[in-house]
Amino acid sequence: MTELRNTYDVAVVGAGPAGLAAATVCARSGLSTVLFDEQPAPGGQIYRAVTSTPLKRDTILGTDYWAGAELTQNFLTSGADYVPGATVWNLTREREIGVSVAGSARILTAERVILATGALERPFPISGWTLPGVMTAGAGQILLKSSGLVPDGRTVIAGCGPLLWLIAWQYLNAGARIDAILETAGTDRAAGWRHAPALAISPYLLKGLRRMLAVRRRVRVVANIVELRAEGRDCVEAVAYRTARGTEQRLLVDNLFLHQGVVPNVNLAMASRIEHRWDDMQLCFSPVLDADGGSTIAGIAIAGDGAGIAGAEAAQARGELAGLAAVRALRPNAPPLAETDAVRTRLARFARGRAFLDAYYKPAVQFRRPARDTLVCRCEEVTAGQILDTVALGCTGPNQMKAFLRCGMGPCQGRECGLTVTELIAQARGVSPQEVGYYRLRPPVKPITLGELASLPKNEAALRSVARG
Amino acid sequence: MFRRLPDTNAGTVDVTIDGRSARVRAGDTVAAALISAGVLASRVADVSRAPRAPYCMMGVCFECLVTVDGVSNRQGCLVAVKPGMRIDTQHGKREVER
Amino acid sequence: MSAPDVIVIGGGLHGSSTALHLARRGARAIVIEKDHVGCHASGVNAGGVRRLGRHLAEVPLAVAAMELWHRIGDLVDDDCGFESHGQVKVAESEAEFAALRARVDELTHLGFTHEELIDRATLKQIVPAISEHCVGAIVCRVDGAANPYRTTLAFKRKAETLGVRFIEGAAVTGLARNGGAWRVETGAAHYEAGVVVNCAGAWADRIAATLGEPVPLEPIAPMLMITAPLPPFIKPVVGAAGRPLSFKQFHNGTVLIGGGHRGRLDRDINRTELDFAGLAVSARTVWDLFPVMRAAQIVRCWAGIEARMPDDIPVIGPSTTSEGVFHAFGFSAHGFALGPIVGAIVAELVTGGKTNLPIAPFRIDRFAGRPDT
Repeated sequence: MTELRNTYDVAVVGAGPAGLAAATVCARSGLSTVLFDEQPAPGGQIYRAVTSTPLKRDTILGTDYWAGAELTQNFLTSGADYVPGATVWNLTREREIGVSVAGSARILTAERVILATGALERPFPISGWTLPGVMTAGAGQILLKSSGLVPDGRTVIAGCGPLLWLIAWQYLNAGARIDAILETAGTDRAAGWRHAPALAISPYLLKGLRRMLAVRRRVRVVANIVELRAEGRDCVEAVAYRTARGTEQRLLVDNLFLHQGVVPNVNLAMASRIEHRWDDMQLCFSPVLDADGGSTIAGIAIAGDGAGIAGAEAAQARGELAGLAAVRALRPNAPPLAETDAVRTRLARFARGRAFLDAYYKPAVQFRRPARDTLVCRCEEVTAGQILDTVALGCTGPNQMKAFLRCGMGPCQGRECGLTVTELIAQARGVSPQEVGYYRLRPPVKPITLGELASLPKNEAALRSVARG
Repeated sequence: MFRRLPDTNAGTVDVTIDGRSARVRAGDTVAAALISAGVLASRVADVSRAPRAPYCMMGVCFECLVTVDGVSNRQGCLVAVKPGMRIDTQHGKREVER
Repeated sequence: MSAPDVIVIGGGLHGSSTALHLARRGARAIVIEKDHVGCHASGVNAGGVRRLGRHLAEVPLAVAAMELWHRIGDLVDDDCGFESHGQVKVAESEAEFAALRARVDELTHLGFTHEELIDRATLKQIVPAISEHCVGAIVCRVDGAANPYRTTLAFKRKAETLGVRFIEGAAVTGLARNGGAWRVETGAAHYEAGVVVNCAGAWADRIAATLGEPVPLEPIAPMLMITAPLPPFIKPVVGAAGRPLSFKQFHNGTVLIGGGHRGRLDRDINRTELDFAGLAVSARTVWDLFPVMRAAQIVRCWAGIEARMPDDIPVIGPSTTSEGVFHAFGFSAHGFALGPIVGAIVAELVTGGKTNLPIAPFRIDRFAGRPDT
């Protein structure tokens, strides 16, 4: 990392469509720009391995995927510094960035920071979800894209959401076997259809519909799953379910994929003290932002799914808006690379239909607030029952709970349990998730080794900041 | 259980997994390589010692923690395999480096 | 509830301990806490319980406290997670070792024998993982550590069983004489009592200023880090003679690293900010002293809000301006261990007008004449 500067005009975190677009705009406008990304190659999740996928047949992944290739190329030729394999573990109000690459750590600064850390899968806590062989649908997609691996043996996909149908379609294209799709019903189908007219003019509709129908023609789909359980001893051996009508069945499986939508990856933004609020449509916390993605901390913007789930094309548009705003702020006299209004129009087009998807695929409450004996915190093995019991003892939120339980104190920093915990506490107390709040996240947002921390360049001020005792 | 699609282009890389030699695909992450080698569990849970395996494959879940070349608690899904790499699954509280 | 005899301002460990000891002596007390009990320094410190290495003025208090700690269950019906595997302060050079020897001599001279000078071989026996370059240490073999939040809550719960009322989420907005009593305002309510005890931690200077006895209190944010679980490799709590360090491993294998490097804070909004450059210095200290820790993973860092006095010892004792007011604050990042005894001291002062422990060095007016008072 020695060739990195100590300070940049713009630092972008995340090499998905939003980050790539933002960094490209900034670099091409003449700003000194650096893009940090954790993965070894650009593309984020949606365009993962677009520069390196082993899949030769592009009919497996679909044409949307290959749009990422152009985006990535534009970035790689933009003049921005690109740091793959980089973990950003801290971001301060003063825009100091703590980052580690290959075992050594640095702190550098930027005039503007654009966070594009994207989304992660909504937690899907069911009994047995920690068994080896149970994975997210996204994990299956990553193995397909990056490694050309498909599930072998008996395979079931369970959950809801457009990405579930996408991975099923991609698996079928690849010749993988899917024994059943278990559709977990949301409660707001009617609300979904209220938004249908907007969906009708959305680019998502036809494509998504065609894929779902293609899958339904070839795979057994069981609808209205209300109970779901993974069973097995050292790995998953079966999945048991019950439908709304009372039908119960137990399917033997070798692989179980779970998916109930994606939510913003908030850990870095929250640790930076950017204000977030509960979004009752998307059932998650998302940042409070202005029209250019500017957050409640001056100089720090958020673009992409991290700003609110809206898909890859919306993410790219948001990235461009954030980049254009940074250019306006730092080079006010420079001619803009694109007209902001045109980008906003594009963004609006891609945001259409989102309300329909949010309502139609709303994850069912029993899969967001699981039964007492279900593990909620995977890292520290805390059950829903234990969480509810501490509320009964007087705990009002996830942070007070830390005095009694280690829930949320493991390495994933609440990424797999935070939303579940907030919703459980909200339900037990009879208040809104907004009132309950979320874990108080603190840096490092990913673990760093003592060696990495010790390797930070020495600093006079630190040597003075010592208290005896 | 996973299988490789037939026409995925790749060179191979020789590594060791828990001391045994293994030939894995160049360009795979450690987590993907373990899955393709049929290793069911990358680690055990801290409290219950129940077996755990990669769940998200994108650096979020921390279930894929393995020891790579003697350094423990590496997220296998974020590390690419390299020739001669020593990969060890983690079945106890991590040894401090000796 | 009939009017209290004593209003304690501040629901940290010292406030809770004071209320408990008062209740044990039959005084009716209420505790007014602006946030929630134990949420600041009391609840998030390193939990060290030591006599080792104390400022000489604190030694008698620490010795008395240690006796309480070893029977803490008798006092609060909870073992508070207290364990005693010793505290060790290592010398990294001959010069540091000589200074430690001089200290032990001085303590012996004063009648204290709890600190023991040990050589390199003995140090290696007690702390096998310590770096080879350490030449020796001082040790208190039955010092230890406890769980700070659990301890503070235990004091609160026990005090409540004896009738103490804790009012949380209530910041003191006014403190003044009202006839023969003190009147404490909290915005939503007011309370009156003959006695007030100022245990307001990093905000205690404001209470003191209201009483016409300003003190040069400095709010600080000492930083801590905790690692992912490691196999057990160390039992005592370890510090270093020449640089700040507090190093301990819990039962679950996680290792807590403290040492007093400070972050930034704004005490008006309860906000602390970590300073990673300072944490890097802590990391290098651990790197030097415990080579086996070099690949350990730091999973979380935090900083609490604490009060420091310029001479690094607290303020304990009666107000010099106001009859019926007592102070116990400013513990300068090492007050946790003293919690159980300071409450007893204050209760003795309140109910009997005196205490057997020597508290003259902690008088609030020792700062008078300082330029920053």
